[in-house]
Amino acid sequence: MADPLLVIENLHKKFDHLEVLRGVDLRMNGGDVVSIIGSSGSGKTTLLRCVNLLEDFHEGRIVVDGQEIGYAVKGGRRVRLPNSIVARHRALTGMAFQTFNLFPHLSALGNVTLGLIRVRGMKKDEAVAIAERWLDRVGLLERRNHYPGQLSGGQQQRVAIARAIAMNPKLMLFDEVTSALDPELVNEVLNVIKDLARDGMTMLIVTHEMKFAYEVSTRIIFMNEGRIGEEGPPSEVFNNPKTPRLAEFLKNSSF
Amino acid sequence: MDYRFNFDAVWRSFDLLLAGLGLGLGLAVISIFLGSLIGLVAAFAMISRNSLLRGIAVVYVTAIRNTPILVLIFFTFFALPQMGVRLGKVESFVVTLTIYAGAYLTEVFRGGLMALPRGLREAGLAIGMTEWRTNFWVIIPVMIRNVLPALSNNFISLFKDTSLAAAIAVPELTFYARQINVNSFRVIETWMVASLMYVAACYVIAAGLRRIERKLAIPR
Ligand SMILES: Nc1ncnc2c1ncn2[C@@H]1O[C@H](COP(=O)(O)OP(=O)(O)OP(=O)(O)O)[C@@H](O)[C@H]1O
Ligand SMILES: [Mg+2]
Repeated sequence: MADPLLVIENLHKKFDHLEVLRGVDLRMNGGDVVSIIGSSGSGKTTLLRCVNLLEDFHEGRIVVDGQEIGYAVKGGRRVRLPNSIVARHRALTGMAFQTFNLFPHLSALGNVTLGLIRVRGMKKDEAVAIAERWLDRVGLLERRNHYPGQLSGGQQQRVAIARAIAMNPKLMLFDEVTSALDPELVNEVLNVIKDLARDGMTMLIVTHEMKFAYEVSTRIIFMNEGRIGEEGPPSEVFNNPKTPRLAEFLKNSSF
Repeated sequence: MDYRFNFDAVWRSFDLLLAGLGLGLGLAVISIFLGSLIGLVAAFAMISRNSLLRGIAVVYVTAIRNTPILVLIFFTFFALPQMGVRLGKVESFVVTLTIYAGAYLTEVFRGGLMALPRGLREAGLAIGMTEWRTNFWVIIPVMIRNVLPALSNNFISLFKDTSLAAAIAVPELTFYARQINVNSFRVIETWMVASLMYVAACYVIAAGLRRIERKLAIPR
């Protein structure tokens, strides 16, 4: 069997004294689409942010594509790696945020090319060609010269996804990418993600869109109080919850 | 009032006034440029997690902002030489105005940095940029655009502050105006012309800055 693309082992994360992640273990293979569901405050966002090293964590390890990220053991002590290496590890994963977070002073094209030029070191022409291909893929090629302030929420989120994917990450992370959108704009974004799934992109998705999670995922993870409460294929998890907590959660969410 | 205006003496020395205005503009541009660099660094120090850096920046900004600029000018010009730092009067003034500008611009930039959404920095990091690159390509460009109107106001007032250089005999506009006043006794005429020159210069600077603001504004 192929080496796993993502391995999370015994991940613990505290904010001061509040332990938000209490030992999470997770494995993903290339091409897996894993959706994380769970109630508010269960630690879904925090988990993704740890994988993208936007949060530091106190215990456990995360391995992406064979590389342990963020930390190393030196002289018997666990140390956070220097910023330049952390930046390189971060580039192994791409992240799409709930609030898009586009660079407002750059056009759609500029948003996608910035990382290609400044991180990947590409020439401008090459970066533009790649950026245009991805903007086309998310249906926004004609808007490439528009600025974020001139785009709808759904369009901004699609640019943000193009910006992340153009960097050619091993793993894409999506954190509730549709929850800041008006209902009529949700599908255009979900369709982009489904399209990426068909292409074999490995994705870890936090979502409250249960129908979407059911359709797109190879596996569902139910987070509960900082741990993985239950996991399995969508049909199992949605139709046969084994724990009362999951049954309760599913009953309260629209599906 | 039975006063006959006579501008002859002023016009005869108008080239001096113009040269003075030019020097004032030059002093302002250099000080604003260097002050902006200091302000940027100090603003990042102010929001840094390192309490030593934060402390240094706070002391700097607080000390400078609570001292009258004329006192700072005299301090640099009269007191520093006693401590072994000898500067010409023009250099001395540039140093003072730079440090003064830096303190005010620190506050402008700090406000700008604090007003940015947290997600902006994270988006830069998430595509694999280092903190430095994120600051350089995202945080600073966005922040500067947001604070441009406040910057313009500061630039204009710093330009006007160059008139205080006359106090240490830097030959700028106010200095020459006083000289012409003393030599010709055309008090009203001299100061009228000098004031109008300041007004005109400020007007032109403001118009130029507004153009830049419009050009750099983030499109919506
Ligand atoms: N920066 C922070 N400082 C302190 N506590 C935090 C911070 N970020 C998150 N938390 C806390 O950690 C817990 C988990 O938060 P997290 O955002 O991971 O939840 P979530 O599962 O994504 O919830 P939601 O569905 O509402 O997005 C919450 O109790 C939250 O208040
Ligand atoms: Mg969340």
